[in-house]
Amino acid sequence: MTIVLSRSADHLYWISRYMERAENTARILDVSDRMGLLPTSLDTGSGEWDAVLRITGDIGAFRKKFPEATATNVIAHLTLDPDNPSSIYCTVRAARENARAERVGITTEMWEALNSTWLEISNLTSARLAARGYRNFFDWIKERSHLFRGAAVATMLRDERYHFLRLGTFLERADNTARILDVKYHILLPETGDVGGAIDHFQWGALLRSVSAYRNYHHAYKQAITPINVADLMIFNDAFPRSLHACHNELVTLLDDISGPRGNEAARQSGEIHAMLHYGRIETVFKQGLHEFLSDFIVRNNRLSGEIQAAYLVAH
Amino acid sequence: MASGKFFDEMHGTDGSVREAYKAISQWLDSVPKRELNARRKEAEILFRRMGITFLVYGSGAHSERLIPFDILPRVITSDEWSLIERGCLQRVSAINAFLKDIYHGQEIIKAGRVPAETVMTNPKYRPEMQDLDLPGDTYVHITGIDLVRVGEREFYVLEDNLRNPSGVSYMLENREVMMRLFPNLFSRNRIAPVNNYPELLLQNLRAVAPPGVERPTVAVLTPGIYNSAYFEHVFLADEMGVELVEGQDLFVRDDHVFMRTTHGPVKVDVIYRRIDDEFLDPLVFNPDSLLGVPGLLSAYRAGGVSLANAIGTGVADDKAMYTYVPDMIDFYLGEKPILSNVPTWALRKPDDLKYVLDHLPELVVKEVGGAGGYGMLVGPAADKAEIAAYRERILADPANFIAQPTLALSTCPTFTDKGIAPRHVDLRPYVLTGINSTVVPGGLTRVALREGSLVVNSSQGGGTKDTWVLRDGLSGGAS
Repeated sequence: MTIVLSRSADHLYWISRYMERAENTARILDVSDRMGLLPTSLDTGSGEWDAVLRITGDIGAFRKKFPEATATNVIAHLTLDPDNPSSIYCTVRAARENARAERVGITTEMWEALNSTWLEISNLTSARLAARGYRNFFDWIKERSHLFRGAAVATMLRDERYHFLRLGTFLERADNTARILDVKYHILLPETGDVGGAIDHFQWGALLRSVSAYRNYHHAYKQAITPINVADLMIFNDAFPRSLHACHNELVTLLDDISGPRGNEAARQSGEIHAMLHYGRIETVFKQGLHEFLSDFIVRNNRLSGEIQAAYLVAH
Repeated sequence: MASGKFFDEMHGTDGSVREAYKAISQWLDSVPKRELNARRKEAEILFRRMGITFLVYGSGAHSERLIPFDILPRVITSDEWSLIERGCLQRVSAINAFLKDIYHGQEIIKAGRVPAETVMTNPKYRPEMQDLDLPGDTYVHITGIDLVRVGEREFYVLEDNLRNPSGVSYMLENREVMMRLFPNLFSRNRIAPVNNYPELLLQNLRAVAPPGVERPTVAVLTPGIYNSAYFEHVFLADEMGVELVEGQDLFVRDDHVFMRTTHGPVKVDVIYRRIDDEFLDPLVFNPDSLLGVPGLLSAYRAGGVSLANAIGTGVADDKAMYTYVPDMIDFYLGEKPILSNVPTWALRKPDDLKYVLDHLPELVVKEVGGAGGYGMLVGPAADKAEIAAYRERILADPANFIAQPTLALSTCPTFTDKGIAPRHVDLRPYVLTGINSTVVPGGLTRVALREGSLVVNSSQGGGTKDTWVLRDGLSGGAS
C-alpha cells in the first residue's frame, strides 16, 4: 500500500481539477465565440455570453464590474482577471499553487508543464491576448492542459497519488461537460423557431467542436447532427472520453482502486450515478427535460465530490 | 587577470594558468562569447522552468527569486579535495563527540578546555537533551562547513553549520544544468559525480532509526511553502522518495509519531526536520508555533522517533563556540586540526574588545548567533557613519559579537556584464553522518557577483557556481 498524506491527496485532486477547469472554461468561451459569429446574435443581443456566465455560475460578480455581457467583457472577466476566482488566470494560478505545495507528489515533467503555463499567462496582458486572437488563446490553454495531463499519464507512478489526481480530472470534466451541454439550453430553448435549420445546425456543431467531438459525432452516429444524438454522445456514449458516462466509468474504477472503509459512501454514490449513466436512455432524458436532467446531475456530481473530500482529503 | 592581492584559482599568483584550470582555459579561448551569452540565458530559463527559486524576506511582499547562476565552473583538484575532505570529516567527528559529551558527562568542561558558562548559558543549549542516548551517538547527521581559500593549500573554516544547513539542492541542480549546457566539458574532464547525495542521505537517515525498526519510514519536515528553502525541502524529499510533511500532517500518540494519510495514521521513524528547535514542539518550546508537532519532544526522548539533526546541536555552531573547535579536535581525537580556524576575537573578553574597537575599519564583525550575512559589519567596505553606528551596537552588548580579520577570499573567473572577470568565492561542502561519514565530492560554491565584494550570501547579491572535483588530479584527460 502506498502512503499518501491527506493533505497531498487534496493538493493532487485540486491540481487536476483546476487544470481541467481552465481547459473547460476555454472550451465554454470557445463555443460562445463560435456561436457569436452567427447572424442571430445581432438580433437577439448577446445571449450566448449571458449563457456563459450562467454556466460558470458567477453572473453576480460579473454584474458588479460590467454593465453588459458583451464578448469583450465576458472574455476579460473569464480569461485574465486576477480578481475573479473563476478566470482562467486564477484557475491556472490555483493549480500551480497546489502543485508548488505538492512538488514531491508530481513528476518534474508535470511541474514544468504547469509552471511554464503559469509563467506565460502571468505575463500576458489583455492587449496581447486580443492581438494574439481569442481562439488562439483558447487553443493554447487546451494544449497546455493536454500537455499536463499527458505528462501525468506518461510519467506518474500508478499509485494512489495518481488515483487522486485522476479523480479531480474526471469529477471536474463530468461537471463541465454537463454545463457545456447546458449552454445550448440557455441560448436556444427560449426561441425554438429554427429547430433543424442552418443556425440550429451551426450551434450544435459549435458545441461539438468545443468538446473536440465534431468528427467523433459523425463516426459514432453517421447521420446529420440532431440534438438528441449530440446529447446522447455527451451524456451516455462512453466511447467518447468527455461524456458523463466515460467520466463516471473512470470514477467508479478509481474509487474502487482507492477503496478502504472510509470511502464506502463515496463508492456507493459513485455506483449510483454510474448505474444511471450506464443504463439510462436519451429518450427518457428528453422526455424529462434535458436541462432538469443536467441540473440534477451537476448536484449529484457535486455531492460525490464533497463525499470524497470528507472521506480522504480532510485530515482525520 | 590575476590581481596581486588575492589568490586566483585559475591564474594563481603569477598569472600562469594553474593545472586545475588548463581545460577550462582552453575551452574559454575556443568558445565564442556569443555562445557563452546564449548558454547563460538558457541556464536562466532552465532554472526558472524547474522552479528553483528562493523567497526573499523583507523587501515588502515576499517574492520568488532565482539565485544567479554563473556558468563558469569552479575547479578543485583531487589533491586539494583530499585535504578538504579529511579536514571536514575530522571536524564533524570532533563536534559529534563534543555534543555527546556536553549532553552527558561534560568531560571537556571538567578538563577546563571549554568554559562551563559558554555552554550552559548558550541559548542553543537544550537541557532536555541531557543524558539522552541517540542511535549511533550521532547528533549532526548533515553538516555544511563554510570554507574560504586564501592560498595554494590554505583553507580556513568560516563556520560549521550544524542545524539545518541549506543549499545542497543548488549543488545538485547546478550540476544538472551544467551537464545539460556543456555535455562536452564533462566528457573531456574527469569530474567526480555528486548526484548520489540524496541516496547517501537516505541511507544515513535510515541507519539512525530507533533500534528494532526494520524498514524505517523517513519523512522530511518542512515549515511549508513560505519558507525560503521550501524548494530544497521538496527537492530532497522527492529525490529520496519520502514524504514531505508539515507539522499539521503529524501527530504524536503513545510516544510515536504518525502521519495523517488517506488510509489513517502511518508511523514515522526518522524525521529529517528543516524546522529549528524552537518551533519543533509547541508544548516545550515556542508555544505559538504552528509549524511543529505537539508532543514531538516527548516521543523523541522516549526513543519513538529519530530526528536529524538532533535537538540542541546549535550549541556547537554559534560563533563563540566555533573558537573552541580546535580544542575539541585535540581533546577527543588527539589530532591537530587539518583545516584552520579564522583567528577570532570574542568581544566578551575585554582585551579582544579593546583591540577590535581600535581596528574596526580592517575587521569583519558578526553577531554571535547571526546568519545569512545579515547584521554584519565589513570594515573595509563600510563608511565612517556605518562604522560609528556599529560601534554603538557593539558597546551595547559586547558579548553578542565576534570579530575576524578580513580574509583575502580567493577569486574564480566569472561571467559578468563586462566579460570574464575574477570574483570572490567561498565553498560549502556537505558532510553526511550515520553509518559512517562521507563528504560528497563537490559542494556549493557561492560567488560575490559585485566587483570587489567579499559577501557571497545570496541575500546580499551572491550567486552560485557548479563545483568540480577532478579525479586523480588531472584537469584535462586528452582522451
